[in-house]
Order: sequence, then structure tokens, then C-alpha cells
Amino acid sequence: MSGRGRFFSWASFAGVLIKEFIQMRRDRVTFAMMIGIPVVQLLLFGYAIDTDPRHLPTLVEMTEESPILHALTTAMDTSEYFDFIGVSTSEAESDLALRDGRATVILTVPPGFDRDMIRGLRPEILLTVDASDPVAAGGAIGAINGVVNTAIAQSLTGPLAFAAGAPAPFDMVIHRAFNPEGKTSTNIVPGLLAVILSMTMVMITAVAIVRESERGTMESLIATPVTPAEVMLGKIIPYVFVGYVQTLVFLIAARVLFDVPFEGAFLAFFLGFNLYIVVNLAIGFLVSTMARSQMQAMQLSFFTILPTILLSGFMFPFAAMPGWAQALGTAIPATHFLRVVRKVMLKDGGLREVAPDMLAIAVILVVVVIVALRRYRQTLD
Amino acid sequence: METGFGHADDIAISVRGLTKIFGTRKVVDGFDMEVKKGAIYGFLGPNGSGKTTTIRMMCGLLTPDAGEGHCLGLDIVKQSREIKKRVGYMTQKFSLYEDLTIAENLDFVARMFDMPNRKQQVLDAVRDLGLEGRAHQLAGTLSGGWKQRLALAACMIHAPDLLLLDEPTAGVDPKARRDFWDEIRRLSAKGVTVLVSTHYMDEAVQCDHIAYIAYGKKLIDGAASEIPGQIGLHTFVVTGPDLTPLEERLKQDAAAGQVIRFGAELHVSGTDKAALEALAKRETAHGSHEWRAKKAGLEEAFIYLMAGARDNFGAELEVVS
Repeated sequence: MSGRGRFFSWASFAGVLIKEFIQMRRDRVTFAMMIGIPVVQLLLFGYAIDTDPRHLPTLVEMTEESPILHALTTAMDTSEYFDFIGVSTSEAESDLALRDGRATVILTVPPGFDRDMIRGLRPEILLTVDASDPVAAGGAIGAINGVVNTAIAQSLTGPLAFAAGAPAPFDMVIHRAFNPEGKTSTNIVPGLLAVILSMTMVMITAVAIVRESERGTMESLIATPVTPAEVMLGKIIPYVFVGYVQTLVFLIAARVLFDVPFEGAFLAFFLGFNLYIVVNLAIGFLVSTMARSQMQAMQLSFFTILPTILLSGFMFPFAAMPGWAQALGTAIPATHFLRVVRKVMLKDGGLREVAPDMLAIAVILVVVVIVALRRYRQTLD
Repeated sequence: METGFGHADDIAISVRGLTKIFGTRKVVDGFDMEVKKGAIYGFLGPNGSGKTTTIRMMCGLLTPDAGEGHCLGLDIVKQSREIKKRVGYMTQKFSLYEDLTIAENLDFVARMFDMPNRKQQVLDAVRDLGLEGRAHQLAGTLSGGWKQRLALAACMIHAPDLLLLDEPTAGVDPKARRDFWDEIRRLSAKGVTVLVSTHYMDEAVQCDHIAYIAYGKKLIDGAASEIPGQIGLHTFVVTGPDLTPLEERLKQDAAAGQVIRFGAELHVSGTDKAALEALAKRETAHGSHEWRAKKAGLEEAFIYLMAGARDNFGAELEVVS
């Protein structure tokens, strides 16, 4: 026998590769999913999610007209956080509005507010917010003090200036670094790349490998001289290509539709997403060693998606999670890749900044590959 | 260390003491066999008797837990990759890609074997199948018989010296099965050694040699014509009117070991020659049927073996004649 192709046969590798591409092209639903999922998710999440809601329906509860209060409500109206929907005259009425959802915010002004304020009695205004959804109320609560102070200061002029009190002896200037407008999409869209790649890469790889043994084609494949390395590489590389296409779709959408900046080094981004694609394929491979049918592979893949969305810092701030949850999150590759993407795209990061995150992904990759190969060996004989 | 056996020029497969254990179950137990080059060797035995496992060990797909052997002069443990290059293995289930066309499937297999002038080989294979006009049809749309022939063409594309067929025509209609076997005979005539596992009688009768396996052990091994003799089976052919009541009655009679209806004949077989002859004498004297001694054939032997297996395993077996 000739020594040609003894350890790695390019012809066999190319054969598997070509076969995978043909099958991918024929399986139109899966193919559409590979491109459709990123597009739909980008559009949905990018446009739909806003963690800084404005235009909250607001009800004013008061029993008498007040010029100062008028200045206040006008200021609140222009802040865009509050939309005044009317005036309530009793506590019962406002309470009902809050309960049935007509109003999210109730501004309760006590009788004799103007008079008491001018007398220096420091009357209290009550702002009741529907905090059953803390995120929905958060922006409004954060904005209200500034709005009130400005409005009051503007109306207490001339003879009433004495009641305004002295302003603080310094100015606090707030700078929202990396996202000056506080746009949610600037945060969500880069994170979506991590979610999209992990969703499709893990699932498609796992299903593609399990399909081979489920349909009985693996049996005749191992009867040929092809080696496991040739099969695995030939099966996985087409999906690396899919990952590239998805990343490209993502980059275009981020720039054109969501105006997300790309400040940092492309090299760091490039290395990052390659490493991330590989780690996801490895997870898919691991899933395939545990699943006996395509259906099981699909279900196991879905099992990995929820932590990716919830614990990685994609949806909710990582720093706000308790220690144990952060520990769990640290074991998820998406957590680190998310940081890579945000650092590079938003924070002008380069290789030096993303190095710790890349190292973390590499460690996860090594662990997953070791476990997967051990399991794969067990299933051979 | 070379033991020296299995290197004779006319021997395709030679194994000794092959044993395979899955978990705690001995699936194959101390299996010895020798297959001559160019022979059609049949593997008979009920489901789960270890036929497939034995075949896989003989060609290096599975590593035996004990035993040794050579396949095409190559060591089955150390040279499995070399063996794979010269063996064609056809699985029981259709194991080509249904979402690939006929030509693409053949091309894929040719690439797996790293074949030179691959394109020509694929064209030839398509032409030999008589499927020139349908080369670009998806394999999944073929009928059962055509799938089987395509699978055979795929495992013959690298011109192997040994063909392993694992229940090749399960679920294929009799006409297609006959066509398939014509093809096997042609290949055998060209010098290809064929090892086939089956539990269909009409496949068993096509074989030159037969080995019968149960519980992972080889119970019988010999030329097809010698098998009834090895079992020690004797047969009487009974003809005459009203065979059905007679058949019912004989089935209750311990002396008539096995009663099979072949059209207008009853074949009564058993291993106890004296008891059978006594029965024939008694019946001829009293009844209106003619009893005639016959050399037991492979059909009787096959049914005898399969019936025995049913008794042992309690498993339903298909006996198609």
C-alpha cells in the first residue's frame, strides 16, 4: 500500500466537506434558518427592546389649580418620560388607574401646595410609580428629580426667589461614556452576535452529526478508510463558514440599521469571533455525543441557550448577579465573547483589552474538547 | 508474533477465537472460521445471535476482545485501515445519503476511498447500474430494490476483493432480490469473496458455504450441500389426497420432528432415522398416502435450524420461501 493519505487524506476530507455543503444547500429550511434567525433576531431585539422606556402615562391627582405645579407638569411633559393623560380628583380614582394599567405614574399634589411652599413649609409631592416592572419605572424615577428641580427653579423667580433656596455649590456633570445617548440597541445589538452564533452553531453542528448516526450513514462511513479527523473537520468547517456569513450579516445590520459604532481593532474582533465559533462548534460536538436522535440534540441545544441569554450579561447586568450566578455565567463562553464584542465595538478595545476574555474562552474550549473527545471515544466501539 | 495461519493464498478470511463482550454480555464467543477466496459464504442465525458483530470484527470495524485473525492476508487488529481499503461493506439499512443524487453518492464514496480517476469510476458505475438517465435523481426517491443495487454499486466502486453483506435484501421484493443475487453471482465469478448474513431461505440457498450461529457461537459450518448431513436430518416426502388433516395429525406426533407443506407435498423430517422410518412404515400400511425417502435438502435444514432457534430464543423469525 502506498503511504499516500495514510494520516490525513485531503480527498476524503474534501469529500465530506462537499457532501455537507450539498446537504446544507438542499435542506432549505435549515439553510433559511441559518440566515433567517440572525436577521429576525437582530430586527426583533434591536428594534423592540428598550430598557429606558419613555412616554409613561401619568395622572396628576390634585384638588386645586396651581401655577407652580403647571410649570412642573410642563417640564415633565417635555422630558419625554411622562405623558399626562389627565387629572384625578380622588385617591380612589388614581389608585384604580394605577391598578388597571391606564396610568403608570401618579403625581399627587397636596392641597395648598403653592401656599405652603412659599411659606417655606417644604410640602411633599408624592410620585407613585408602578414598580411591578422595575425596569419600566427606572428611567422615569432617575429623571424626575432633575426635572423637578429645574422646573421649580424656573418658576420661583422674582419675588418668589427667596423660596427657591440656594443651589448646590458645585455642578455634577454626567457623561455617559461609550453610549452618550443611552441607546439600548447600542448595548443589545453587539450582544446579539454572541446569542445568534451560540444558538445556531451549537444546534446545527449537533444535529448534523447526530443525523449521520440516526440515518445509519455513519455505519457505512466508518467502513471506509476515512479517519475520524477527516470526518469531523469536513463536517464542522461548513458551519464555520455559516458562522462567518452570520457575522457578516450582523456587522452590516449593526452599522446600517442600528448605527452601532465600531471603534476598536478589527483584528481583536476577528480573532474573538473565530475562537467563539470554534468553542460553539465544540459544544455542538459535545451535545452530539450525548444525543441519540436529532430531536434530542435539538432539545439539548436549547438547554444551552437560556443561560446564554440570561446569565451572560446579554439581557441583565452581569455585575448585578449574585456571586454564584456570576460563577455560572463565567463558565459560559457567551459571557466572555460579549465582553470582547462590546469592548471592541463600543470601547475602542484592541488585543490587549480583550486578552483576558479570549483566555477565558480558550480555557472553556480546552475543557469542552477534552470532555467531548472522551465521550466520543466511549461511543466508538 | 506471527502465528503463520491465514496466509495461504486461497484463503480470504481466517479467524480464531474471536470474542466480543458488550457490557457483561458475550455477543460473540470463541468464533473460528475460514473463508476461501471467491466463495459465497452465508451466515445464518436468528436476530441478536452475533452475525453482524462477527462480520464487523472480521473486517476490522470492531476490535475483538480476544482472538486473532487475518482478512485478505492483513491482521484484523493492526491493519484495519488497510483492510477497509479492500473491503466493501453493505449495511442492513440503506446507508447512503437520501438527500444526495445517485452520482453524488457514488462520488462521495469514491472520495472516501481516495480513488484515482474518480470521475470515470463514477460514470462507469452509473452506466453499469443502467441509471445513466437518472444520475441526478435523489437517492431517496429510488424504490427499495434500486436503493439496494445503488448501495451495492457504492460498496463495489473501489473494486474490493471482499464483499460483506449484512442482511442485504431485507424488505426487498422477491424479483428485486433475484436480480440482486444475479449481480452477486456475477461478482463472485470474477473472484470476489462474498460473506453474507441472512435469515431468508432463498438467500441461504444461494450460498456455497454456510455457517450457523446462535448465542454468539458457531454451531454448524460446511458446504451448503453438507449441511443437512451435518445436522443428521432425514426426510420423507408424502403425497396423496387430503394432506391438510394429515399435516395436523403429524404435527402432534413426536416421531415426525418437522412437518412442512411444499405445495402438494409434505416434507417430514427428523434426526431420529429409526423413529421416522417406523412412522413411514406405519402410515403407509394404514393410510392412502405415499411415503418416499428423500435426501434432506437445504430448505428442510434451514427451517429446522430456524425453528430450533425460535425455541431457544422465543423470538419470532421470518422464514420466507
